Amino acid sequence: MREYACSDQLKRALTIAKKNLRIYYRRGPVVIFGLIMPFFLFLAFFVGRNMPIERLFTGLLGMTIFFSSMSIGPAIVPFEARSRTLERLLSTPVSVWSLLIGDVIASFLYGFLISFVPMTIGLILGVNITNGLVLCLGMALAAFCFSSFSVLLSAYPPTDVPSTVMMISNLVKFPLVFISGVFIPILEMQDWGRIVASFSPLTYFTDLVNYSTQGIGYFSVFVDFVVLIGFTVLFLVFAIKIHEKTLAKRLV
Amino acid sequence: MTIENIVVNMENAVEIKDLSKHYGEVIAVNHISFEVGKGEIFGFLGPNGAGKTTTIRILTGVIKPNGGTANIMGYDILKQSLRAKQIISVVPETSNAYLDLTAWQNLMLIGELYGIPKKERRDRAETLLRMFELHERQNQLVRGFSKGMKQKLILCMALLTEPQVLFLDEPTAGLDVESARLMRDIIRRFNGDGATVFLSTHNMEEANQLCDRIAIINHGRIAAIDTPENLRMKSSSLKSVEVSFNTPVSVDELCKISLVAQAKKMGDKIRLYTDEPHNVIESLLDYARSKRLVIISLNTLAPTLEDVFVKLIKAQGD
Repeated sequence: MREYACSDQLKRALTIAKKNLRIYYRRGPVVIFGLIMPFFLFLAFFVGRNMPIERLFTGLLGMTIFFSSMSIGPAIVPFEARSRTLERLLSTPVSVWSLLIGDVIASFLYGFLISFVPMTIGLILGVNITNGLVLCLGMALAAFCFSSFSVLLSAYPPTDVPSTVMMISNLVKFPLVFISGVFIPILEMQDWGRIVASFSPLTYFTDLVNYSTQGIGYFSVFVDFVVLIGFTVLFLVFAIKIHEKTLAKRLV
Repeated sequence: MTIENIVVNMENAVEIKDLSKHYGEVIAVNHISFEVGKGEIFGFLGPNGAGKTTTIRILTGVIKPNGGTANIMGYDILKQSLRAKQIISVVPETSNAYLDLTAWQNLMLIGELYGIPKKERRDRAETLLRMFELHERQNQLVRGFSKGMKQKLILCMALLTEPQVLFLDEPTAGLDVESARLMRDIIRRFNGDGATVFLSTHNMEEANQLCDRIAIINHGRIAAIDTPENLRMKSSSLKSVEVSFNTPVSVDELCKISLVAQAKKMGDKIRLYTDEPHNVIESLLDYARSKRLVIISLNTLAPTLEDVFVKLIKAQGD
């Protein structure tokens, strides 16, 4: 008999997710980083340039799901450490992995639901979605992948200052947006650009969006899905391992 | 780890062996060992930075020790931490309820994290909120609660899980007299139902009133561990005679009386520390007669827990 059933811990992860959605996803910075910022970035780079609507859609959807899924994830652990609720959580019968999965689930739900805003805008503007199933699965997987990434970003340094983590997180997020085929399609990149782009999980999501709307992708759909799953597993494993070592160091 | 491997000691609720924890070169807990019996109220006293909170954090599975073992009701806090955590609850010194949730939502959150069925957690929450007179504000955000209300809510959250061992870290610090008394009553009642209480406090009177046994920790080491009464009796050098005269008397002069180890001015009285109070009383009567003084009051005093505490801490400091 194991110390605790996995299903029990998953139930507790859902409780953590519910708590996070209640507390953190109503805050101003979440709306700013999740919706307003991608919208303004979109305006800054695409307005005035003569581009097909599908390419605009790829950029807007990619940025929205990326920024919204990662909007608050990195800051939850430092927030909890500062308000001393982390100590409470660590003294409850909830394992570190289920605590983090709870954070990921909350980020995922927020990112996934918010991504339907640009989706709706795209449909209203006449974007032709040729493969809705691939797009929806891609959105779900990408939201989960980016949410896992956000939890990894909060793992180090073990601080209780949310702004420190948000600064580091932004330093990582912004360069990724520029190399991931959001502004320049992968097909138009030079070889070195494609190599760099292949290290970003966002690249594979924008490739899936291109496939679903324009019928063309740089990688095959299978590769896009497998790599996104691979990134997700990698982010989660590293996040759990590092948090297990550093969580207690955040307690003053 | 499998359940079959568990060796459960049914007599002790908490067992600590050779426990140590250091942060870099700073030693917070230095190879301490002790047991807390089932159903006991165990006081854990010590000055600031003595290692109390670190010990509680290790026992509640929040941090890992660098050495030694700690068992809660037979469960190793390192190897079977989730099982150990399932049967304990913690009341920290500073409230750590979620400020952006209501009192009710905080209680439900804890109930769900401990896997308590929905109906049961709702029933228990209602009973506790009424007991602590919080039911009228159960749907308000904790952000608007006073310190006393927050502390009551924290105790509600701890009791909701019906723990077998309850850890309290300065539970009455900063509370008004009425709230502190309510806290103590609830702790007694909870202990009366057979649960074990591990109480860290600075309040000697509280420890004296509540605890079956007390451990005094200083510089990460256990300085003494015994019942409050035994601790007082062991400190015979702290017995004293308190006297006041009709006119002021020099403390130095009373110090010269034989068998008086130390004399201290305490308001309008003078306290004389001695191993033999009855002989000192006779000497005082002689002194008063010779100086034509009138004795206004004369009392013999047993050492207080605070005296014992200060003596032990000083002895370790030396």
